[in-house]
Amino acid sequence: MNLPDIIKFVIDLLAVLLLALGIKGLSKVRSAREANILAAFAMLLSVVGLLSYYLGTSGIPTQSWVWIIVGSLVGSLLGTLLAKKVPMTSMPETVALFNGFGGMSSLLVAIGAFLFPFNEGAKAGSLEPFINDVSISVSIFVGAITFSGSIVAMAKLQGWLSTPGWTQVKARHFVNIVFGVTSLLAFTYLISGNISSIWLLVIASTLLGIGVTLPIGGADMPVVISLLNSYSGIAAAAAGFVVDSQLLIVAGAMVGAAGLILTQVMCKGMNRSLISVLFGGSLSSQTTTSSGSGEYVNITSCSVEECALTLEAANRVIVVPGYGLAVAQAQHTLREVTKKLEQNGIEVVYAIHPVAGRMPGHMNVLLAEADVPYEQLKEMDAVNPEFPATDVVLVLGANDVVNPQAKNDKSSPLYGMPVLDVQEARTVFVIKRGMSAGYSGIKNDLFDLPNTSMVFGDAKKVLSELIGELKDLGVGEK
Amino acid sequence: MNFDSLLWVLLLGSLLGLELIGKVPPTLHTPLMSGANAISGITMLAALTAIIKAEPNSPLLIIGSISLGFALFNVVGGFFVTDRMLAMFSRKPTKKNK
Repeated sequence: MNLPDIIKFVIDLLAVLLLALGIKGLSKVRSAREANILAAFAMLLSVVGLLSYYLGTSGIPTQSWVWIIVGSLVGSLLGTLLAKKVPMTSMPETVALFNGFGGMSSLLVAIGAFLFPFNEGAKAGSLEPFINDVSISVSIFVGAITFSGSIVAMAKLQGWLSTPGWTQVKARHFVNIVFGVTSLLAFTYLISGNISSIWLLVIASTLLGIGVTLPIGGADMPVVISLLNSYSGIAAAAAGFVVDSQLLIVAGAMVGAAGLILTQVMCKGMNRSLISVLFGGSLSSQTTTSSGSGEYVNITSCSVEECALTLEAANRVIVVPGYGLAVAQAQHTLREVTKKLEQNGIEVVYAIHPVAGRMPGHMNVLLAEADVPYEQLKEMDAVNPEFPATDVVLVLGANDVVNPQAKNDKSSPLYGMPVLDVQEARTVFVIKRGMSAGYSGIKNDLFDLPNTSMVFGDAKKVLSELIGELKDLGVGEK
Repeated sequence: MNFDSLLWVLLLGSLLGLELIGKVPPTLHTPLMSGANAISGITMLAALTAIIKAEPNSPLLIIGSISLGFALFNVVGGFFVTDRMLAMFSRKPTKKNK
């Protein structure tokens, strides 16, 4: 080993170590922010290591410098711009977009490496050309699926694409199998030296990514994004084989594996198996005939004014924010309401279900953005024993996560899903646009209970009316 | 490096990834996903290698450059957006008044 080799080896080793510590730290609240910066630093380090290695050995041609600078400037600037501008409520689709671009990068570099071979190792035969071709094909296949799948996921979350009815028919599995088999065939051709089949592989795997993602319902999307994130790690690892970089392989494999675990954790929180998310289609389409559906018999509806009166008399209030609150972007309005209550000496706590919001953990981000003190956010297991001692529960745009069926009704598809026991509280107000079911498509027994009142309306509108009513009552005027 | 040692690297890297995150509080699911997503933009190294090793005037320069752009969009944007999310958690409760 000569000097540049040794330096690069040490830098790579350090970068891997820091990346691993970064991922580890990101899974703990206290260290998360520093860990993120650490990981970013490790990435920078890896670039410095690579550039200095080539500077010390073969040198970097001026022309390459130009293209490096152009590419990195444009990419970083646009990425920074989006990251700084995007509203917090749009986080899921932003992550999906970033992820798709990562897949696109692997896809492009693999196409480039195939059409214009640059790896001396592969040419000289130390790394066998066959393995080189396999790595390229894997990188193209996974990269294209990641890209097209993520873009579809983003478009659906953004509301640009709905779930078309025809994607729910069983025949879609056949279509996807055709795409899959075609990709596999193109894969085999490509490895056996048929250069033109690269385009067939690109197209077939792109279509496969679209075909698999399109039928999946909006609420399942986070799981899909997490899975696609794992794929982009795999694509990076495959690209690592192409350019013969251990660092790339380790980092890609780490992200791939960690992404899988995270996907599993998310599925558990939603009481869904990965298989049913991927192949089950939109949940509401299958469960319409299940035991859970039925007519509501005992719905109590009440006005915002009544709600305000009850709140004013309360000592302890628990807010259960959900998907609907995130969609209505009402977190700031909610904070104004709770501020008024707190000024009146009413204790306010937020009960956060593991999958509240548009993505697991998303609700915490949104409430933090609205300046809700961190210690007022309570996780499900901590808050569940507190409901019996609570006067009022405000359910805002949450539905399935407060359905008592999950505990009481063994025949319910929701049975076994962890839920918040809001019905134990003295009074429950459910602020909801209408009587439509949650994303599971199942009737919510909570709405029928005698201590539950429905306040119909858009979450943001109801909350701002609530502020007015509380003002009239003199709450929070001190 | 020869192929089989690269395979070892792949295997051990995967095992490391599986072990790294065991218990994640739900609060951190979104930031963790976003952060891991930024790291997956490590393909920028492959793009860099392609650009450096490309012959002069080769189309590979352009392909590599576009690929690098996409990767850095993912990396830089990903880290910034993750930081934005995490910054909200680390805010001290005493500073909440506007």
